[in-house]
Amino acid sequence: MKCDQCDRPAIVHQVIISNGTHRETHLCELHAAEAGVPNPSKQPVHQLLAKVAQKPKPTGLATCPGCGATLAKIRKTSLFGCPQCYDIFEEAAGIMIESAQAGATRHVGRVPGGAESDEARRHESRRLVEELDRAVHAEQYERAAELKSRLSQLDNQHPHADREES
Amino acid sequence: MTDQERTPDTDAPDNDVVLTSRARIARNVAGIPFVHRADEVQRKQAIERVLPSLNPSTCSEETEWFDLESITALQRRVLFEKNLISRQHADLRGPRGVAVARDGNLSMMVNEEDHVRMHAIAPGLQPGKCFERVRQLDKSAEQKIEWAFHQRWGYQTACPTNSGTGVRFSAMLHLPALRLTRELEKVRQAAKDLHLAVRGYYGEGSESSGHFYQVSNQVTLGCSEQELLDRFMKTIVPGIVNYERSARQALLRRDQIAIEDRVQRDLAILRSARVIKVDEAMRRLSTIRLGVCLDLVQDVPLDRLNRLFQQIQSGQLQQTAARSLTPPESQAARATLLREQLAGQ
Ligand SMILES: [Zn+2]
Ligand SMILES: [Zn+2]
Repeated sequence: MKCDQCDRPAIVHQVIISNGTHRETHLCELHAAEAGVPNPSKQPVHQLLAKVAQKPKPTGLATCPGCGATLAKIRKTSLFGCPQCYDIFEEAAGIMIESAQAGATRHVGRVPGGAESDEARRHESRRLVEELDRAVHAEQYERAAELKSRLSQLDNQHPHADREES
Repeated sequence: MTDQERTPDTDAPDNDVVLTSRARIARNVAGIPFVHRADEVQRKQAIERVLPSLNPSTCSEETEWFDLESITALQRRVLFEKNLISRQHADLRGPRGVAVARDGNLSMMVNEEDHVRMHAIAPGLQPGKCFERVRQLDKSAEQKIEWAFHQRWGYQTACPTNSGTGVRFSAMLHLPALRLTRELEKVRQAAKDLHLAVRGYYGEGSESSGHFYQVSNQVTLGCSEQELLDRFMKTIVPGIVNYERSARQALLRRDQIAIEDRVQRDLAILRSARVIKVDEAMRRLSTIRLGVCLDLVQDVPLDRLNRLFQQIQSGQLQQTAARSLTPPESQAARATLLREQLAGQ
């Protein structure tokens, strides 16, 4: 599903149901950040937004301070020069990774220092997010609301749930 | 790291088609440029940051370290032939090395394309077992090393094709029947659709050698390690394995005598040849392996045959001979080894 405001994939799906009518919005992470999606820690689907919003704007630097690579060089070799390249050339890096990864848009899975139970929780959380996506797509809004509340519950069971993003 | 210490693979799952499985984890040390942009000093730094993680008191594995700059070209070649380092790692210059576990089924390459590449290998279709082993190694490593990690893109790697989990599963498949029935192109096409890479026994460009094909997941991002494993184990590999098995049965039904003839002739040649080139040996061993799996040959154990595919490589022949061999000498040594190993019992 695409973002309401651009062609990037929508990762935030908001559904407001009142008296049998509903309104929905689908936003990519940039437009969701712009729209100021509230309190990401309460919404596991949107957890990563907080970090995205805090990231410094691309500075338009010609070379990466970490390794001296230019974007032209990175494109030519299809290799990043250092970890910082991922942020310095944020937009181009995103396009390169997504096209190398069959359109996948973010990491799921193990994080440094992550415990086994965290992995299981993330696994379940991801499954719920996918199901939520399908439910919204199929316009099953009651189901979507239920899935959202299960996601919040899953998040609240684990007080340190935000550690992986901090 | 001798061959005798390797796990016997007689009972490995699906070993009629799957020669070996592998799991790999790619990691980079935080704060140091990736290898291709790191200078000599930075590459040494990467090694210095990684080596303490291999200390036997905290590491999940007991390993032996090979400094690839100081060992001989022949030693590097043997490590490559045993799939413990890549061709690129053998041929590159600059500070780099590999830690190899005692049983020869696990290695950690340092300063290949990424600072660290951990691999585990097991006979037959056992990628989960391999993954468990590299994952333990990664866990003990991360006690000592801070890996480069990105909130959104996961573990950071030099090439965008490895970002995210940095995990790749692969299986070395023996597909002689699909080759004989000219159906391999279909597998290739299907593999492409499944985001799989298909390569030969020794990587890109070695495809014809012995009808071995390595399949691996292309995508490393957007799925958990477990999901990648499940997909590889349950959908990708069994599809190709079953396709090869039915091609084998179809060959038998169509013309069993012709297949038997081919297998027995190749066996007879390897049991009597005095000189043989590696390509010819690989090709004939492949046919014999098909014969063993179809029960057309009873007196050659499968695991001995599996080992021969590596033992007949010229680096290992020279290591056994403990001297460098001219090409004619290699061919003679190869033929002798094959006669000994395939002698009727
Ligand atoms: Zn958008
Ligand atoms: Zn850089």
